[in-house]
Amino acid sequence: MVSKQVKQLDRVIIRFAGDSGDGMQLTGDRFTQESAAFGNDLSTLPNFPAEIRAPQGTLPGVSSFQVHFADHDILTPGDAPDVLVAMNPAALRANLGDLPKGATIIVDTHDFTARNLTKAGYTANPLEDDSLAEHALHPVDLTGLTVAAVKEFGLSRKDAARAKNMFALGLLSWMYGRPVDSTIAFLERRFAKVADIRDANITAFKSGWNFGETTETFAVSYEIKPAPMPAGTYRNITGNLALAYGLVASGVRSGLPVFLGSYPITPASDILHELSKHKAFGITTFQAEDEIAGIGAAIGASFAGSLGVTTTSGPGIALKSEAIGLAVMTELPLLVIDVQRGGPSTGLPTKTEQADLLQAMFGRNGEAPVPIVAPQSPGDCFDAALEATRIAVTYRTPVMLLSDGYLANGSEPWRIPEIDDLPTIDPDFATAANHPLEDGESDFWPYLRDEETLARPWAVPGTPGLEHRIGGLEKGDGHGNISYDPANHDFMVRTRQAKVDRIADSLPPMEVDDPSGQARVLVLGWGSTYGPIGAGVRRVRKAGYHVAQAHLRHLNPFPKDLGEILKRYDKVLVPEMNLGQLSMLLRAKYLVDAVGYNHVRGLPLKAAELAEAIGELVAQAEGVDVDLTAPAEEAIS
Amino acid sequence: MTTNELPFPGLRSGVELVPTTDTPQTGKEFTSDQEVRWCPGCGDYAVLKAVQGFLPELGLRRENIVFVSGIGCSSRFPYYLDTYGMHSIHGRAPSIATGIATAREDLSVWVVTGDGDALSIGGNHLIHALRRNVNMTILLFNNRIYGLTKGQYSPTSEPGKITKSTPMGSVDHPFNPVSLALGAEGSFVARTIDSDRKHLTSVLSAAAAHRGTSFVEIYQNCPIFNDGAFDAIKNNDTKADAIIPLLHGEPIRFGVEGSKGLIRDGKTGGVKIAEVADVGEGALLVHDAHNPDPSTAFAISRLTDSGYLNQSPIGIFRQVERPTYDDQARAQIGTATQAAPGAPDERLAALIGGGDTWTVV
Repeated sequence: MVSKQVKQLDRVIIRFAGDSGDGMQLTGDRFTQESAAFGNDLSTLPNFPAEIRAPQGTLPGVSSFQVHFADHDILTPGDAPDVLVAMNPAALRANLGDLPKGATIIVDTHDFTARNLTKAGYTANPLEDDSLAEHALHPVDLTGLTVAAVKEFGLSRKDAARAKNMFALGLLSWMYGRPVDSTIAFLERRFAKVADIRDANITAFKSGWNFGETTETFAVSYEIKPAPMPAGTYRNITGNLALAYGLVASGVRSGLPVFLGSYPITPASDILHELSKHKAFGITTFQAEDEIAGIGAAIGASFAGSLGVTTTSGPGIALKSEAIGLAVMTELPLLVIDVQRGGPSTGLPTKTEQADLLQAMFGRNGEAPVPIVAPQSPGDCFDAALEATRIAVTYRTPVMLLSDGYLANGSEPWRIPEIDDLPTIDPDFATAANHPLEDGESDFWPYLRDEETLARPWAVPGTPGLEHRIGGLEKGDGHGNISYDPANHDFMVRTRQAKVDRIADSLPPMEVDDPSGQARVLVLGWGSTYGPIGAGVRRVRKAGYHVAQAHLRHLNPFPKDLGEILKRYDKVLVPEMNLGQLSMLLRAKYLVDAVGYNHVRGLPLKAAELAEAIGELVAQAEGVDVDLTAPAEEAIS
Repeated sequence: MTTNELPFPGLRSGVELVPTTDTPQTGKEFTSDQEVRWCPGCGDYAVLKAVQGFLPELGLRRENIVFVSGIGCSSRFPYYLDTYGMHSIHGRAPSIATGIATAREDLSVWVVTGDGDALSIGGNHLIHALRRNVNMTILLFNNRIYGLTKGQYSPTSEPGKITKSTPMGSVDHPFNPVSLALGAEGSFVARTIDSDRKHLTSVLSAAAAHRGTSFVEIYQNCPIFNDGAFDAIKNNDTKADAIIPLLHGEPIRFGVEGSKGLIRDGKTGGVKIAEVADVGEGALLVHDAHNPDPSTAFAISRLTDSGYLNQSPIGIFRQVERPTYDDQARAQIGTATQAAPGAPDERLAALIGGGDTWTVV
């Protein structure tokens, strides 16, 4: 046996790429689980086409999964892969441009046929000319080796070849010293009913490992030590799963049955799938005939005393707008979850974007304020769901939760919270008449408000004596009957706005990360840009410059101290995956000259590019030259 | 005119799980303090009176009754009833009622809608409520015109109708609401008339007693924008020939002194009108609302005039037993809940702590 060298690394970015049918998402997910179990910090970026099976071997059909894992805490899936695993020419060609010089490329040579090369747009075989000379190329016949390894199971050649992703996973698992038990256990579960397929996949996986260990193709393996993390029990979690769990927790902690009315739409459908499994928590999932019926049923369920929830993406919000207005007018608790994707129209269904902020804020007729919360990482979707529920139930209002495609499908290690640490949410149903009459009796006024929150009573059908009618027509203050009175309308419009504004009273002060206290530039973000912004800020600080970072969980209303925080800094940079929607809100409300950093590429922002933009602003603000490549002269703690 | 007032044996009642009261109720108790604001002479008044008079007969607790409406003249209905109610948005009442009925088995859920609300903007929700068979009663007030928007043609207006939006006559082909409901596999489909309180009440009783989506089309006169649309079936001189009464278990016979009736059409497999004197009583079609096959009910529905209404079958076309969406959805939750004992907090901890985990000390 060859003696192999082991090198220490602090972090690695691997991208698995192949045809949509090659199982790259599964491969990446398994590698992620292995890395999570090993104790690395990690962040992932699945990237796949909207077509379920685009033509085989073509560029549009390429599906990839990027995983960044490290011995320290990391914030993003990484800008550029250190390692590319390409299962065919199209996968190589589609991803090559993202690789830095010196990156490792492992290709399955089996698919580098003349036909496949042509399909991918190659006129010459890149494995045979010197076009990949700047990279460390490892051509391996992954398919051939797999077919040979699983021969004993008597599978068709096609079925045998399908296990090649597990061979590749085994090889990469060897290269990076990943624990393999969880993948073997996974394969045993997944293929429990088809013994030959199960055995072939496990054999392919082990053969990939042994191929790395025993042949001379790979001389070096790598070790990335576990990352120090706060004590606790962890699991790897995607944003959609965390959001679904957050909704289950919302039901448990409020004592309300959860009712999800939803119509399938990418990238939100996984929440519907997940919640449909948890009927034991009293959760009803209603797959409606359309987006409007989904929210309609959720509003009906809320009226009947459930926690009504609807899940969708941007196009669905457009369809639900009128019904959201009804929930504003009837002042019923409702969660509206928008897993944003590239727009407008059908746009980029499987890609990420943050361009629904203004739709969430203003996309309704009339003055129809809706509170907005946004999670900042996959695991944070759990807490954001609970916070949205708290606001919806306490203030009797629809609440918009803005996730996005990157959070939905990306994953990270998540410290599993103790149940006792989760908030309790009191539905505080109305049980008795609330309006005294002259004769000493009382009747029920559905729009008589709580003085502190301005919330109206939530009286559910079945409660005797509180029979009342609500609807979309303007309500008279207090009694809630139809009113066309001009002064009443003006008052009610202002009251609904004031109620949403009052939510700010319940928010904690913002956390501003300004370790030196000398920063003159603030980077302010919201949603899934938290990771790239944090990584960009770190790079700037590492090079010796001062910069502050703050991130908004609440987009409507803004935290009360936001205006004061903005005034503290000479320059405010607002990175967003849109053309400046938060910037517009900040400028309008605070008259601050916010500088936008905007990309709408369907992908997360890149930390390195963002660091450059921050550096430029620091140079302007401080009147210094900023060179992020130079080592720090003055270390910043 | 009478109809079968009770469901056929074996069918679970639509209000079986709704709490009842022993205290006698009156129509007044179901009347809210809001002033009714329909035009003088509107057919909606008659329906409201009939409903207020009929609800006490159900003996249900008032707080367990919910009326939901969409947009249009008839959709003001919930404001005038002292029950729980929601006046929602255009066309969406069936979806909102679906949420209410599925969330709560102990509520009697009613939808009030019109021909524009239910068949134009809300057509999708109507057909899907019917196919799912959610336990609710849908009252479709059909006046064959848009009233609230002041007189445009509706999806039930006759072809050629001159309205504000069709000065040269409408070129839209109309829906027959009963045919549509039967096509959507409605389990209870009926038609009645605003001005015939006795028949209206009997159909409402049967609709409330039916478990599943009960669909009731009510011919309702709009005296402002479409006055006289139903004169043929209301006028004492013409109604004998205009109304084809449907009574379960009885031969379908109409006309002055029952001179006409329905028989099988051998050529088409459908039904047609014949003179009883020509074909004999024995040849008349006996109405079977409980027939699992909706073909005959559909064929009968096609005898409705699509132009000016000179002839229309009235009564319960179809009433069959079929599992309801809400009962089944609740049953699944019940099964899952029973299989998972333990405090919710503990089960939540087990759920979020499941999967591949690792511990950092």
